[in-house]
Amino acid sequence: MILTNTETVPGRTIVEFFGVVSGSTVRAKHIGKDIMAGFKNIVGGELKGYTELLQEARAEATDRMIAQAKSVGANAVVNVRFATSSIAAGAAELFAYGTAVRVE
Amino acid sequence: MRELEVLIQLGVPAALLLLAYFTGSFVERRHYASIRLRETRVRKFPLLAFREVPAGWEVTESALMTGTVVVSLDHFKRFLANLRNLVGGRVTAYESLLDRARREAMLRLQESAFERGYRAIVNLRLETYQITGGGDAPGTGVEVLAYGTALKLARRPGADA
Repeated sequence: MILTNTETVPGRTIVEFFGVVSGSTVRAKHIGKDIMAGFKNIVGGELKGYTELLQEARAEATDRMIAQAKSVGANAVVNVRFATSSIAAGAAELFAYGTAVRVE
Repeated sequence: MRELEVLIQLGVPAALLLLAYFTGSFVERRHYASIRLRETRVRKFPLLAFREVPAGWEVTESALMTGTVVVSLDHFKRFLANLRNLVGGRVTAYESLLDRARREAMLRLQESAFERGYRAIVNLRLETYQITGGGDAPGTGVEVLAYGTALKLARRPGADA
């Protein structure tokens, strides 16, 4: 499965369009990571636990989008976008969407 | 007895601010040093905000790549930013935090693409997302996500220059 955030797959020709596919996941923060983050809130710096958490969640949203694209018979998703929205205190939705296509 | 109470009530927060001032500026200086060094290493790796591949580039492979980072202000700078909230104006504490986060996210994007054999990135997008702990809960930070389409190239005009 080829993913791009351009409107085409560079160097390939799109032969069929399948419409929008998307994937999402909602994640809450982890209490253990919050303790470390609380410490980092005092001294400053990267919150590595959160970086990993969001990365992993975004990967899951992307995987769900890919699964949907496969189920309609696509072999690529173009113009992929990511969106993040805060749902409640300490919880966020990670969302990925794009256009499923078939390239030659 | 009362003096001791006053000392504790004022002393502890003041000591915390002082500690945060030193650690925060140390962390920031070290981060900027790392950013500058790594930026010189990826100087020849094109990271473009163009929506499509420039004319003349021969692409053999493409893939979506991301680079992310979550950073937090230190306690001292957050205190300053809160003071700034009262009078308005430029909040320099957050300006440098976002600058660091954005440059770090772009560097991670470039570095991970380069490691996987890609030689350019087009259609760069940057997104910023605020993480809140909810009320006074710990765990506030800012996430920056950088993403784009990484390319393996058979030919790129001007690459030898």
